[in-house]
Amino acid sequence: MRFSLKKSPSRFSILPEIIAILLAFFIGALILLFSGYSPLVAFSALFRGAFGSRNAWGQTLTQATPILFTALAFLLTFRAGIFNIGVEGQFLMGAMASALAGAYFSGLPAPLHITLSLLLGGAMGALWGLIPALLKVYLGAHEVITTMMMSYIASYLTSYLVNYPFKAPGWVAQTEPVAKTALLPKILPPTQLSLSFIISLFLALLVSFFLFHTYLGFQIRAVGLNPEVAENRGIAIKNRQILAFLLSGLIAGIGGGGEILGVHGRFVDGFSPGYGWDGIAVSLVGKLHPGGCVLASILFGMLRAGGMTMTRVTKVPLDLSLIIQALVIILVSAPYFIRAVILRRRDF
Amino acid sequence: MGIEILFNLSILQATIRMATPLTFAALGGMFCERVGVINIGLEGIMLNSAFWAVFAAYFSGSSGIGFLAGVLSGMALGAILALFTVKYYADQIVIGTGINIFGLGFSAFMCQKIWGSRGASEAVAGLPSLSIPFLDRIPYLGPLLNNHSILVYLSFLAFIFAHYFLFYTPWGLRLRAVGENPQSADTAGINVHWYKMIFVILGSTLAGLGGVFLSLAHLNFFAWGMTNGRGFIALAAMIFGKWTPIGCFLASLLFGFADALQMRIQTLGILPPQIILLLPYLITILVLAGLVGKATPPSDYKPYIKK
Repeated sequence: MRFSLKKSPSRFSILPEIIAILLAFFIGALILLFSGYSPLVAFSALFRGAFGSRNAWGQTLTQATPILFTALAFLLTFRAGIFNIGVEGQFLMGAMASALAGAYFSGLPAPLHITLSLLLGGAMGALWGLIPALLKVYLGAHEVITTMMMSYIASYLTSYLVNYPFKAPGWVAQTEPVAKTALLPKILPPTQLSLSFIISLFLALLVSFFLFHTYLGFQIRAVGLNPEVAENRGIAIKNRQILAFLLSGLIAGIGGGGEILGVHGRFVDGFSPGYGWDGIAVSLVGKLHPGGCVLASILFGMLRAGGMTMTRVTKVPLDLSLIIQALVIILVSAPYFIRAVILRRRDF
Repeated sequence: MGIEILFNLSILQATIRMATPLTFAALGGMFCERVGVINIGLEGIMLNSAFWAVFAAYFSGSSGIGFLAGVLSGMALGAILALFTVKYYADQIVIGTGINIFGLGFSAFMCQKIWGSRGASEAVAGLPSLSIPFLDRIPYLGPLLNNHSILVYLSFLAFIFAHYFLFYTPWGLRLRAVGENPQSADTAGINVHWYKMIFVILGSTLAGLGGVFLSLAHLNFFAWGMTNGRGFIALAAMIFGKWTPIGCFLASLLFGFADALQMRIQTLGILPPQIILLLPYLITILVLAGLVGKATPPSDYKPYIKK
């Protein structure tokens, strides 16, 4: 058996992905048609809301940012052969840690305060990733279930923290606002787009460099491609899997922190509409490559941001965006279906 | 304040009610996993069935027709899951995640379109309750088990029948073989893909019944995201129950009790509900870690590619 690391999925044709995305929009159009809306009006409002102006772009990229973080987090573990579907939990725990660090540390200069808060978020996310990592490596607990359970625990735990011990006075379940020195600068006012977006792009580059141009990244990919061969070549598999989990949690945690320090300014109960779950989809739509993740996260950011405009202008329920997202996820992850049914190829 | 304020007849009755959707979904998840498919999409399947049941009951005026619509919706999403994962080797987790997002989006979209609010539908007639005359004569057990929705009794029948089916019929033996060792099953002349498809669809249909219970028995309307994570709790119950029908039922009772307790405590305001809500997930992790008995899945969940 030999490694064939050069043949990474990103080198294959992206035709099935493009067809899948178009098909998802087509089915979305059918649903609109059957429920009495005009797909043309709805989709043009959606695209205008996503890309029609400088502000629209700002909204789209703001929505894309947390999804890019979670997609990169999912990607890193996936490349090590681990199905970490607990990114949402790592994202939430990171967000909470950053929110608390941002609110309760004081007297620090802004760059230091921001860095410290983000890193604490990252550390918390990494810790949340470490638990399923240890459970998998030492006790053989399947990560798909443990990470999912960890996600739900994180969701209820952060909800508890924001409803009880760290609740700011008032009727809304939210923490105290973070200090001015911890707020990430906005880069496209008046939109919410913050430095977090630049950080996420930078991380995409970094992950790409790490996976494809460093020895450690090579080892992680080797473990994912074929653990037995990797072990024979002397790679400490357990070690590398734990590392992948830690890095994944770190990125997701920083993403959570970036969302708090960049957009919300405090931890608000239920602020994440499932960015961690979106990340899984984006990672797969992006063909498990950081560059692809950037593009796919913009697609999903577009659905979220454009969806809001669509709802305001045409009264089409916002949930159409969710439906299209779901269809993209299902169709993109079934390339054999696209090849066999749409492209009429029998050689799958 | 005594302990009886928490442990009384009404909370035990609530336990049985809240265990019902979990039992259906856990049994459904079990059938899927027994043939080697993880059904992460239980949540979305339940939610969609809950919606279609109310949809059909609202426009037909009959809760029986609502029930049928919920069953059909479970079958349809099950068929999609089966087709994509078994025939086209798509990733089970991803398709399941897609189904969950679809369920949430589609039900809210339709709810908004039909009733003008994505929060909740109008009320419909629920499924009837069953009053069993001889049960009333049994002390303690009688009042506990009597006068529940017809679906509660159906869930009892479902887990007993599933147990019999799985362990005492040739089909049950074959379906276990398909999950545990598809190659051998294939060699023995069992149509592996066919078995996988049938039981993924059956399992999803059972999960759909859990959704129907929520919208036509627990509440008599559809509410946004009304499954509220029960699909995932059901997966947890299935693991805690070690992928057996009786285990699924007992674990569902336990988690149903947690749910009932959580509601009670919320009204009393003595402990944060979040802490109780996260317990089932924590227990599942401890189970998987081997700290509370060993949990070994019945299959390695790989798609079966016939050579």
